[in-house]
Amino acid sequence: MRTKLLVLLAAVVLLAGVGIGYVRYVASRAAASDAPAVQGVSLGAQDTVAAVSTAPGERGRVVFVHDGRRDVSALSCTRFYAAGGAGVCLRPDGPLATYQVARLTSTLDVAETIPLVGVPNRARVSADGKLLAWTVFVTGDSYNNGRFSTRVGILDARTGDVVATLEDFAVFVGDRAYQAADLNFWGVTFLPDDNRFYATMSTKGHRYLVAGDIRAQTVRTVAYGGRTLENVECPSLSPDGTRLAFKAAVGGDPARGWRLSVLDLATGAVTPTAETRSVDDQAAWISTTTLAYAIPRGQGSDVWAVDADGGGRARVLIPDAASPAAL
Amino acid sequence: MYLSTIDRPAASGATSGRRWTAIGVNVVALGTVSLVTDVSSEMVTAVLPVYLVVGLSLGPLAYGVIDGVYTGATAALRLVGGWLADRTRRRKTVAGFGYALSALAKLGLLAAGPHAGVLGAVIAADRTGKGLRTAPRDALITLSAPAPLLGRAFGVHRAMDSIGAFLGPLVALGVLAATGASTFTAVTRQSFDAVFVVSFCVAALGVLVLALFVKEHREPHAVARPKLREAGVLLRGNGRLVGAAVVLGTVTIGDGFVYLLLQRREELAVGWFPLLAVGTNLAYLLLAGPVGVLADRVGRLPVILSGYACLALVYLLLFGPLGGTPLVVLVLALNGLFYASTDGVLMALAGPLLPENLRTTGLALVQTGQALAYLVSSVLFGLAWTAWGPAPASRVAALAALLGIGATFALLKGVRRAD
Repeated sequence: MRTKLLVLLAAVVLLAGVGIGYVRYVASRAAASDAPAVQGVSLGAQDTVAAVSTAPGERGRVVFVHDGRRDVSALSCTRFYAAGGAGVCLRPDGPLATYQVARLTSTLDVAETIPLVGVPNRARVSADGKLLAWTVFVTGDSYNNGRFSTRVGILDARTGDVVATLEDFAVFVGDRAYQAADLNFWGVTFLPDDNRFYATMSTKGHRYLVAGDIRAQTVRTVAYGGRTLENVECPSLSPDGTRLAFKAAVGGDPARGWRLSVLDLATGAVTPTAETRSVDDQAAWISTTTLAYAIPRGQGSDVWAVDADGGGRARVLIPDAASPAAL
Repeated sequence: MYLSTIDRPAASGATSGRRWTAIGVNVVALGTVSLVTDVSSEMVTAVLPVYLVVGLSLGPLAYGVIDGVYTGATAALRLVGGWLADRTRRRKTVAGFGYALSALAKLGLLAAGPHAGVLGAVIAADRTGKGLRTAPRDALITLSAPAPLLGRAFGVHRAMDSIGAFLGPLVALGVLAATGASTFTAVTRQSFDAVFVVSFCVAALGVLVLALFVKEHREPHAVARPKLREAGVLLRGNGRLVGAAVVLGTVTIGDGFVYLLLQRREELAVGWFPLLAVGTNLAYLLLAGPVGVLADRVGRLPVILSGYACLALVYLLLFGPLGGTPLVVLVLALNGLFYASTDGVLMALAGPLLPENLRTTGLALVQTGQALAYLVSSVLFGLAWTAWGPAPASRVAALAALLGIGATFALLKGVRRAD
């Protein structure tokens, strides 16, 4: 027995040494100097793309890229978007693994915060900056056997009204009212009327493109020629409101990856972009003809750009960044 | 060979102190292994969603693929593990292999990096380890404590197990904080790697405690090595036991649904969601020991039946007259009491009924029956919710739990060992 206890003691010392040693090694690397912040950045800047940096030393910081210049702001976000002089920043809330959504003014000051449940995933602001939407992953809903579920929240900055989760909206699949416990929504994009929006809805293994109405509290699947649009995710409306970019499942099978594609809302025609790699992001329109999105690389990701009309080829827009938003 | 009926209370006269010693060093050693291992695995469970989504930027679908890999696979492996343990009479070795596999999987997470496919394989290996070790471990418990005290033995084991599950997430947060990841925004993959390394170290310690302090049960020579044919006979001879496990699985709709309905009813901020599970765990942890003792005293079957009554109450309360904090506390306490009265107690009831040479296989059969029935019932409840709405669906679930009392009583009343 005494030998066994000695062996155990030796093992505890050894394993504790390995564990603590590794933690300290990581801590020492993380302590590498943080990039200094540039003052006076504004969400009203012209011809500027904002993004969240994934570069060492400035990871999580919102950067402003203009004419090849990269200004690092003091603000840190997990997911970020800005439009119409307003910003949305999903970020940690305290030391526990909880998050909050922060509404940002054009000077990057925090106007209000709302606690979030779950891990930030998507964020969007309406073109005039009045409506804010966010998506989080929630792991607690084990009605789907412990799989992820997602929740969408919407804030109306004019009234302070909050839609806590889209699951409370009346859902219509085709013309029929639809009820299910496993409804999941994510990836909102707003129409210019500050009331309607597009989003992704999943239920029973289907993923639908849906059109929502905040005042009417409804969500309806989108169909063209009697066929509902399925297996597309994370819509993003073009600045002129005529096209919808989204990621479409390759061959209709999400397990084969996602092709960044553009839907013509008038005709229902879907055009795949020249980006052939799988894109798992909600694309942002940086002009009426160009889409930006993140592609993972190493420990972070790069923001790439590609033409929306299916032509040209993908090119790096901002290295070491994610969450692009054209200001 | 003695005949043990499940209704027989513990022999009276033994002092309380002697009973605690009687449950055996081996049970406490196994409890320690489970405690340490659960700290390790819950550390990873706590950070995995954040790691996949924030650390690796995976979408929900990729997570679904990863998650789906392991849901079904473990049930069959549990039976294989049980059979191997019985056939080789090396329960400790098979359990140890399971623990070691899960420990190595923690290092696998480190090596997998951002590749969803590799991550899926690593998580599947982790689950395989869990599937392999559960039945041999429970069989060792039944062989390490005298039959009249098994309720208490399982109570102690399950309480220790829950303590580990309770501590795991806290340790993970501590590690993240210690790596300088004061904000989750700045959490780099190295910070998560640190969690995985520490998790591996803790798991390795668990394997070592098993190797050093858990004793294999030595069969008397008279006990024959089981043949595969006998395993078939086992199912026929213990159909009622497996039936009772299926009933248990069937009436359990899943905590997720319970918490979801509770949250909607009380309009709890969604931030409270994880804390609901903590509440149930806390009740389970505190009650597992005392309820196990009670089961030895008044009989295991009555305790299991009361557990179903608690569950029926939980379902009824979700749309009942009570509201506010009392409702939340009561539902969580009753839910914890349900687990305390059924999970370990069913094993304590089943153990002595199964022949020693096939006990691991038998326990694996019982656990698999319960797990598969639960999988089906959670899907069925989802359908019922869709068809009738949540209130009628949960009342039907309550009715099912009450019917479960009758069915379990009919199945297990006077059940004796098959030989």
